[in-house]
Amino acid sequence: MVYFLILISAVFVNNVVLAQFLGICPFFGVSKKVSTAVGMSAAVMFVMALATLVTYMLQNYVLVPYKIEFLQTISFILVIAALVQMVEIILKKISPSLYQALGIFLPLITTNCVVLGVAIQVVSSEFPYINNVMADGTVSNMMNLGQSVVFAICTALGYGLALILFAGMREQMEMNNIPKPFRGIPIALITAGIMAMAFMGFSGLV
Amino acid sequence: MSEKNKSLSLIVDGIIKNNPTFVLVLGMCPTLGTTTSALNGMGMGLATMFVLVLSNMAISATARFIPDKVRIPSYIVIIATFVTLVQFLLQAYLPSLYDTLGLFIPLIVVNCIVLGRAEAFANKHTVAESALDGIGIGLGFTLALTALGLVREILGSGSAFGWHFTNSDGMLAFVLAPGAFLVLGYLMVLFNKFTKKA
Repeated sequence: MVYFLILISAVFVNNVVLAQFLGICPFFGVSKKVSTAVGMSAAVMFVMALATLVTYMLQNYVLVPYKIEFLQTISFILVIAALVQMVEIILKKISPSLYQALGIFLPLITTNCVVLGVAIQVVSSEFPYINNVMADGTVSNMMNLGQSVVFAICTALGYGLALILFAGMREQMEMNNIPKPFRGIPIALITAGIMAMAFMGFSGLV
Repeated sequence: MSEKNKSLSLIVDGIIKNNPTFVLVLGMCPTLGTTTSALNGMGMGLATMFVLVLSNMAISATARFIPDKVRIPSYIVIIATFVTLVQFLLQAYLPSLYDTLGLFIPLIVVNCIVLGRAEAFANKHTVAESALDGIGIGLGFTLALTALGLVREILGSGSAFGWHFTNSDGMLAFVLAPGAFLVLGYLMVLFNKFTKKA
């Protein structure tokens, strides 16, 4: 049940692009064609699930026990950068076809704030629909390891949904005659605004 | 005289010709995410400017010693250090702003403006020039965020810089997510209209 709530919340209610404004740069950068949007979403999901797994363990088994939480930002971004590099190298060796499909998107992901944003969110914020009973009997609103990874995957699903829908719309817009000052980013922003309005309809579900 | 003109033009370029929000379209996440009011936008802009100036200076001073192959990770560590510093300062002296900006403060690390200026400007210019570039770009970013925040605040909550000039609450949608996209879109249209004559 809780995983279903995570899914609905992460994909629709708190959509990472349209409600939380994370990962906007690639949202506008790679959304000109549906095929690149699909590739980017897959790469984000892959990296985000791995990064959240690693940073969650880093936070709870290294930073908190040694009381060095202030190193969170530095250590998380380093771990994510190293992870992306490693994924790139491994993918090149074991699955050249997957590398062909995702390769060009991987370097872009290090500076995609979705990955760092979700990694920080799962270790620091409380989610009202999570009620984990701790070892000492108290109830915690923080996510555990499994929930964190599921949350990361669902957030990436939401990212993919928004990105692919948006790319579909932009492909249609290519054909239209748009007034000059609106061309490019401005019309894309206005389209995204209307999409965000549609997604507001989901608020209050979870 | 010419020395003075050069420094001035570095700052003015950052505000108009290379405006990070309206021209380069960089750092969109904090631009959209933190501008629910003029003061929040300004706070975010100033925090980013602080990181930008210091990291520009540190990178231009150390660029000679950093091997080319590991320069991006090294820049990220330098930037992350200053971001942690800002995080502490805000937490200590402006806790309410720290709470509103929330997640977007650590995310200054992945703001493409900061890394972009390190790579495109700071590593091949002197410390003083890099500081001026940081001030110019930082001011351009702060002005854009304040303008965006001001428009959203006036339309969305009927106030400006926290001062209520009407009794009404305004249109809530402008404070929420859709308003951010729409207002920035239309502001960009206006900027294009007035700066690109052709």
